[in-house]
Amino acid sequence: MAVCIAVIAKENYPLYIRSTPTENKLKFHYMVHTSLDVVDEKISAMGKALVDQRELYLGLLYPTEDYKMFRKLHNSYTDVMCNPFYNPGDRIQSRAFDNMVTSMMIQVC
Amino acid sequence: MEAAAAAAAAAAGGGCGSGPPPLLLSEGEQQCYSELFARCAGAAGGGPGSGPPEAARVAPGTATAAAGPVADLFRASQLPAETLHQITELCGAKRVGYFGPTQFYIALKLIAAAQSGLPVRIESIKCELPLPRFMMSKNDGEIRFGNPAELHGTKVQIPYLTTEKNSFKRMDDEDKQQETQSPTMSPLASPPSSPPHYQRVPLNHGYSKLRSSAEQMHPAPYEARQPLVQPEGSSSGGPGTKPLRHQASLIRSFSVERELQDNSSYPDEPWRITEEQREYYVNQFRSLQPDPSSFISGSVAKNFFTKSKLSIPELSYIWELSDADCDGALTLPEFCAAFHLIVARKNGYPLPEGLPPTLQPEYLQAAFPKPKWDCQLFDSYSESLPANQQPRDLNRMEKTSVKDMADLPVPTQDVTSDDKQALKSTINEALPKDVSEDPATPKDSNSLKARPRSRSYSSTSIEEAMKRGEDPPTPPPRPQKTHSRASSLDLNKVFQPSVPATKSGLLPPPPALPPRPCPSQSEQVSEAELLPQLSRAPSQAAESSPAKKDVPYSQPPSKPIRRKFRPENQATENQEPSTAASGPASAATMKPHPTVQKQSSKQKKAIQTAIRKNKEANAVLARLNSELQQQLKEVHQERIALENQLEQLRPVTVL
Repeated sequence: MAVCIAVIAKENYPLYIRSTPTENKLKFHYMVHTSLDVVDEKISAMGKALVDQRELYLGLLYPTEDYKMFRKLHNSYTDVMCNPFYNPGDRIQSRAFDNMVTSMMIQVC
Repeated sequence: MEAAAAAAAAAAGGGCGSGPPPLLLSEGEQQCYSELFARCAGAAGGGPGSGPPEAARVAPGTATAAAGPVADLFRASQLPAETLHQITELCGAKRVGYFGPTQFYIALKLIAAAQSGLPVRIESIKCELPLPRFMMSKNDGEIRFGNPAELHGTKVQIPYLTTEKNSFKRMDDEDKQQETQSPTMSPLASPPSSPPHYQRVPLNHGYSKLRSSAEQMHPAPYEARQPLVQPEGSSSGGPGTKPLRHQASLIRSFSVERELQDNSSYPDEPWRITEEQREYYVNQFRSLQPDPSSFISGSVAKNFFTKSKLSIPELSYIWELSDADCDGALTLPEFCAAFHLIVARKNGYPLPEGLPPTLQPEYLQAAFPKPKWDCQLFDSYSESLPANQQPRDLNRMEKTSVKDMADLPVPTQDVTSDDKQALKSTINEALPKDVSEDPATPKDSNSLKARPRSRSYSSTSIEEAMKRGEDPPTPPPRPQKTHSRASSLDLNKVFQPSVPATKSGLLPPPPALPPRPCPSQSEQVSEAELLPQLSRAPSQAAESSPAKKDVPYSQPPSKPIRRKFRPENQATENQEPSTAASGPASAATMKPHPTVQKQSSKQKKAIQTAIRKNKEANAVLARLNSELQQQLKEVHQERIALENQLEQLRPVTVL
C-alpha cells in the first residue's frame, strides 16, 4: 500500500526516500516536502492544544495504525541508529532497512 | 607456470607422442609429485626415488593393478580402471616396465587431467592442471595410500591456485566438492607455494571430514591445524609500518588472522570459526572488555573495527549482520561473528546477504560453550529457532542447554522487557499481530528478538515526541503546587500498571532529576516556586542530573534505553540510594518531588487527558499533599542551615 517511504532528517532533508516506480518520483518528493509543512504546523501550534493536537496527530498514528507500517519503520530506523558506524545525518544505507521498506511497499501494494 | 606450460607444449610439439614427452612441471607440481614418488618408492622398500631402478614396479597389463603402492595411489585417484590403464600406457610405464620418475610424473599429471575431465592424452598435460587428487584414509595426519577397504570416503584436496579456473568447471561427480572449494580458495592472497600447500594436504582431509557425514569432525581438524599455524604465521607479512605499536600489533594480528583464515577456511565453509580463531577473538574481546559475559559497547567496537581499515559502509553492514539483537552492543558470540566477517572481508570474501548459520550467536554459543556464557545461552535459547541449525548442532545445543539451564540466571532484558511491555495497554493489541505477521524467514530469530525490543522502542517514540515538545522549556507560572501536580506524580505510582511506561521514563525516579530538558526546567521551576530552596536547587540539579544520567548508563549490561523503562519501583530504588549520598538524606530524596511534579504535570497533562482519574487518585493526592508540605518544611530548615554555614565560611574566603 505504501507507494513512497521517506525518512526526513531534522534539517528537512531526506535521509531515505524511496517510491514505487510506477508513479513519478518527483511528485512524491514534493508530497513529502509538503507533508513536512503539515507537521511543522502542528508542532508550532501554540497553547495547550499543542500537546493534545500533536498527540492526536502522531499518537493515533502509532498505537492505532491500520497499516502496521510505522512501527516497523521505526523499529528499523532504531536498528539503523544503533549501528555505531552510522553517523546521524548520513543517508541510510542499511540493507536491512532497505529490505524492510521493500517488504512494506510490496506487502499491501 | 605459463612459461613451463609453453615450454612443455613446445617440447611436446617438437617430440611426437611416441615416447613420454619431456614434461616441465611447475614448482608445486614438482614438489607434490616428488613427494608422492618418494612415498611410493619408500613404500616399495626402496630409497627415496631418485633413480629409475629404485622405483616401484607395477605389473603392466594386469586388469586389477597389483598391490604396489603406485597402483594403490592410482586407484586412490578414483578414476575408472580403463583410464588408469590408459594413463599407465601413455606415461610409458608399460613400455619400460616400471614407474620411473618421469613415467610417474606423467602418470600423475594424466591423472590430474582425467580428474579435471580432460581426455587422457599427452596433449592434456601440456596445460596447467590442478594437482591430482587421491582418496586417502584418515589414519593420522599423514597421507597414506591405504587399502581400498580402508578408504572412508574422504577426499584430500590439494589446493592449487591456478589461473585456469575453467578447468574446474568440468568435473566428475566426486570433484564437485572441489568446484566449490577452488573458487573460494583462489581469492586467498597467499602465494601458491607448494610446500605449505602440500603440508596442508594432510590437514585438509579434516575439512573433507566436515563435508562428509562422518562424526567427530571438529576436534581433529582443530588439532591438526594448530601445528600449521606456526609456519603460516611466520610467513604472514604484516605491514608493520604503523607508528603506533598497538596499531602495528593489530595490523599484524589482522594479517595473522588472514593466514589463520587461509589455513582454517574450509573450502566450502569460509564462515566457520575455527578454534584458534575463536581463541584469538576471545582474547581480543577480553582486551576490550574484561568480562567475557558482558557486552562491548558500540563506540568501543567501532573504534576497534575501524582499525581494520575496511570502509565504513562495509563495517556498518558487518555490524548489521552480526549484532543480532540490534542493541548497539556486541556480546562475545556477536563479536566473534563480526570479527570473523571482517577477517573474511579482508581476505576477499564477499559479504553474505545474511548472517551465515555458522556465525549466528546461538550456533556459536553451542559450538563453543563456556560457562561464562550461561546468560546469553539462556537468552538465545529462549528465542532461538532450531530451523537454522544443522542436526548435529541441535544435538550440541540440546546437550549444552540441558547442562546449562540449571545454572542460568534470571531472564535477561528481553524477557523483562516482555514483562514491561505487558503493562502497556496501547502496545498489547499490536503485539500478537506483529508476532503473527512475521513469517518463518531465516531472519526469524533476529525478528523475534527484535520484537520485544520493538515494543520498548514504541514507547520511546511517544516519549520522544513529548520530550521534544517540551524541549524549549518555558518557565512555568509561579506557585504551581496544586493538587494536580502532586496528583500527577502519584498517579504515576498508583497507576503504574495502567500508565504507559513512557511516563516512568519521562518521569525519572523522584529522587533524581529527569534527564535532559529537566535540569533546566527544574532550575527554573525551583527558582520560581521555592525561593528558600533557590540556592540548593541548582546545585541539586547539577548533582542529581549527572547522577541520574550516570545511573542508567552504569547499570550493567549497558543498555540504557531499555533500562530506562524498567519498572519505576526498581528505578526508584536504584535512584534513591545514589542521590541520598549526594545530599541530605530524606529531604533530598523528597525535594525534587515538587520540581518533578511541576514539569511532569505539564508533560503529563497531555497524556492524562487520555487517562481517566478515579477516586483512588484523589485519596492519594491528599495524602501526598500533606507529605509534601512536611517535607517542604524540612527542606526549608536545611536550607537555612546551609546558608548559615555559608555565612560562616564567607569571611574566611574573603580574606
